Amino acid sequence: MLPLIVPLAIITSTAVIGLTGLGCGLLLAMAARFLAVREDERIEALTECLPGINCGACGMAGCGDYARAIIEDDAPVNLCKPGGEETLKAICAYLGIEAQAGEREVALVCCGGHNGLAKHQATYNGIADCIAAERIGGDGKACPFGCMGLGSCARICPVNAIEITEQRLAAVHPALCIGCGACVKACPRNLIGMVPESRKVHILCRSTDRGPVVRKYCEVGCIGCNRCVKAVGKKGITMDGALAVVDYTVPIEDVSVAETCPQSTIVVRDGRKENAS
Amino acid sequence: MTEKDINLAISASPHTHSGASVRGIMLTVIIALAPALLWGFRLFGWPAIVLTATCVAACVAAEALSRRLMKRKLGIGDGSAVVTGLLLAMCLPPALPLFMAVIGAVVAIVVAKQVFGGLGYNPFNPALVGRVFLTISFPFAMIQWTAPDAPPTDDTHAVTAATPLAAWETEWSGQEETAGFFEEYPWVDLFFGNQAGSFGEVSSLLLMLGGLFLLWRRCIHWQVPVFYLGSVTIIALILYGIDPHRYLPPFYHLFSGGLMLGAWFMATDMVTSPVTARGMMIFGCGCGVLTMIIRVWGGYPEGVSFAILLMNAAVPLINRYTRPRVFGTRQS
Amino acid sequence: MKTRAAPYRCAGGLHPVYHKSLTAAAATIPLELPSTLVISLAQHLGAPARPLVKKNETVGRGQPLAEPAGFISAWIHAPTSGKIKAIDEQWTAAGRRATVITMESDGEDRWADGYPQPPLPADADRKQQIDRVAAAGIVGMGGAGFPTHVKLSPPPEKAIDTLIINGAECEPYLTADQRMMVEDADRLRQGIDRIRRLLGTPAVRIAIEDNKPDAVKAIQQALSSLDGDVEVMVLPSAYPQGAEKQLIYSVTGREVPSGGLPMDVGTLVENVGTTLAVADALDSGLPLTERVMTATGDALSQPANLRVRIGTPFDKIIEHCGGTKTPPAKVVCGGPMMGTALPSLAAGVCKTTSGLLLMPQDTVHFFESMACIRCGRCVNYCPMRLMPCTLSEGGEAEDDELLEEYRILDCIECGSCAYVCPAHRPMVQHMKNSKARIALIRRERELTKQRTS
Repeated sequence: MLPLIVPLAIITSTAVIGLTGLGCGLLLAMAARFLAVREDERIEALTECLPGINCGACGMAGCGDYARAIIEDDAPVNLCKPGGEETLKAICAYLGIEAQAGEREVALVCCGGHNGLAKHQATYNGIADCIAAERIGGDGKACPFGCMGLGSCARICPVNAIEITEQRLAAVHPALCIGCGACVKACPRNLIGMVPESRKVHILCRSTDRGPVVRKYCEVGCIGCNRCVKAVGKKGITMDGALAVVDYTVPIEDVSVAETCPQSTIVVRDGRKENAS
Repeated sequence: MTEKDINLAISASPHTHSGASVRGIMLTVIIALAPALLWGFRLFGWPAIVLTATCVAACVAAEALSRRLMKRKLGIGDGSAVVTGLLLAMCLPPALPLFMAVIGAVVAIVVAKQVFGGLGYNPFNPALVGRVFLTISFPFAMIQWTAPDAPPTDDTHAVTAATPLAAWETEWSGQEETAGFFEEYPWVDLFFGNQAGSFGEVSSLLLMLGGLFLLWRRCIHWQVPVFYLGSVTIIALILYGIDPHRYLPPFYHLFSGGLMLGAWFMATDMVTSPVTARGMMIFGCGCGVLTMIIRVWGGYPEGVSFAILLMNAAVPLINRYTRPRVFGTRQS
Repeated sequence: MKTRAAPYRCAGGLHPVYHKSLTAAAATIPLELPSTLVISLAQHLGAPARPLVKKNETVGRGQPLAEPAGFISAWIHAPTSGKIKAIDEQWTAAGRRATVITMESDGEDRWADGYPQPPLPADADRKQQIDRVAAAGIVGMGGAGFPTHVKLSPPPEKAIDTLIINGAECEPYLTADQRMMVEDADRLRQGIDRIRRLLGTPAVRIAIEDNKPDAVKAIQQALSSLDGDVEVMVLPSAYPQGAEKQLIYSVTGREVPSGGLPMDVGTLVENVGTTLAVADALDSGLPLTERVMTATGDALSQPANLRVRIGTPFDKIIEHCGGTKTPPAKVVCGGPMMGTALPSLAAGVCKTTSGLLLMPQDTVHFFESMACIRCGRCVNYCPMRLMPCTLSEGGEAEDDELLEEYRILDCIECGSCAYVCPAHRPMVQHMKNSKARIALIRRERELTKQRTS
């Protein structure tokens, strides 16, 4: 008798649990059918056009939210930076409007003063986070404008495109950067800017201190000597107080301007080439 | 003095510290455990010593290995693995086969602690998880208690004896005549530590002294042991008042089994007990009530480890609901 | 006048090693006039002052260098006579960058025209007196730097019934307040009397910790002639007894409501130094151009209490104290519990600088923080009865909802939690960071609410 009871018990329990599961499944299926919230199919279609990484660069909560904003709130269609041209074309094709694409922008850390070049006046002991360090007076770097290298930008980057080098300086890999601009907001010293990918001449300094002061704390800081501005004939580089600033709206064709800089603050980088390699 | 010769340190305030450290706390716990541990060694001899060494070594090795595998900083310097090893050894029967002890230690460190992220993140007391795992996996080996007066060299077949709690539950409870129990297990033996049991749990007096030392060094808060022992005493008193033939007197509940080790060293484990004063009181009471329920009505004669683990699970909830009233938020 | 123990005990209460014996008995010495002064324009709470002078301009002592830039702001006066050398951004004693006026002293210490101003009699118009306090640039000299004239003019519905003079000085090492009470008790009486009259004669409580018996005695003697409800309250020595909210509770048993001000419970707290500055401004017409501070620490050769001009560079002070015994590894502006670590010694004394602490290498606490082990010590010691362990973890995870639920904005950053933390977690930095972020979020929320409504 005993051998019979055991299989029976197994069959009963299997059947009970199986049936319960089936019933729940049916209930769920019915709920999905009858309680479904009807969404504008255009929003769904537009969400499909977007990259789906929910980076928030457009200022919305995610791709779905952006798609909703385009349909319902007439949000501009060119806000998706990671998607770039391709996404813009897809959106425009769906909405039946003409696309106007701008150039792809990538992030650039405007500081070249790594640990070997910029002086540290104090040793920082605290939370390894730029924002936290800035609140108690920085990480000990004598330059109050320089990169602290504690990685707030690297942590917020959705695609890990920012690396903190061994010399404690943040560096963006232009090939990986999707241009979402999250790091720009994260940097407490406003060191990161968005620059068109094709531009080659960059000034890696944001110190507005006067020349003699800058010289004291950094070997590659802008001293405001004005030579680069003269070299380009004020086209593409302008002075902001004691700081030379690249005007990215005007392309600089002649990269030899970098050689005029006595501090080597100006660097020549080909973002596109780095992308290709 | 010029600016060039100095490199100042900057950090957020405060710029001074009490000097307390995790390592210091663990060292204090080890010192507090020492008297009971040494007494256990004296009572049960080499098996106890070898068991302790095995547990500690296995815990430290497991900690080092798992941290290495997880590519974390080697954290054995904080001494928490040593404490876990000691606590685990102390709540095991002295004659336990060593491979079992090693399994218990690995479970304690890897499963109960490192998997959750290491010291500070573990929701359950590692040593107790190890012990409970062994209790469930090797139920027979875990109740082979060596009689305390067995010759220390007799290591192959030690004379086994029942613990007072087990003896009461299986033989004496509900009998007409219970005087024989109290003759066999005089209270003096329980109090001073001449009973069968896990080798570190036998001497209530020495464990209590260790606990008071921890209290004096401010490594534990008074609320947990006081409310734990208090609730056990009260429940035992009530039950004893109802039927002295069925239930043990409070004194026996307090000084037998793992209650002293549990109340002073396990329930007070910082990581797995509440942080608020009221929370600690609730936690202590909960431990006491659960211990008594398991002891009196449960399947096991002893319930300290299960009680503390169950209360560990409630700690986040307790913390949340016993938040102190913040200064300046008085309801007027 | 009576002397009695404070009737209430606030939560928390650390007993750090006080190290006050280094300077507790040292009489205050006036520091010689430095050749260069660096005067920060952000010495107070609120908007930094707006400069009124230009480079190369010659100024006399007491001449306004900068004017308040808003309601919560303060005047800044030339600490001595001399020439303005530069106006630029520099590190300040507050541990951050701000506009700083660098001036060179001409050594004459000549007062500017019209200074010192004529004294105001005690029966002068109330508004005139408060305007004088404002014009003297007086701010809370205990550390917060809240403009005193704002405190002295509470809205009419908030009547002040208790004036508390804060002589607790619970920070280790610092003895400046103690020395002021011992040496300047008579002038302090004048200041107390002045402030009391401005507020409509409230009860006066002078709160002093019991580790300063000499100050208690001096105050008892000096104040015996003061009539009305005046009492010396002796507080048990415990940190942070001198924190405003804790002090009010110890003395009156009233809890300043969360997010509120002392005036909400009818009290006003003035620091000893501030009270003296008020007396100077009203009785002698002096603007705030100097203060008493403690230069101390185990790395300093001759620790001392000093009367210094605002703007005296810290390296000058160290030089005056015989230089350093051992190279300092950390220099703190203020006390060790709440002071600011300075990245360089070029900054100058502010109105709020109560001390300069030079710590040698072996006393500097270099920490490597671990995960919280939930020992509960911080919960036990928090004077605001917060749960610092939860707040610090919430701050790490940027869990703003949790932070608000656990009331992070009530944190007073006293540092008790970090002091006792065995895992050496940088609690105060977590708090500062999270508080600033939450405050920002709240402000944005407020703005959007305004926009939508």
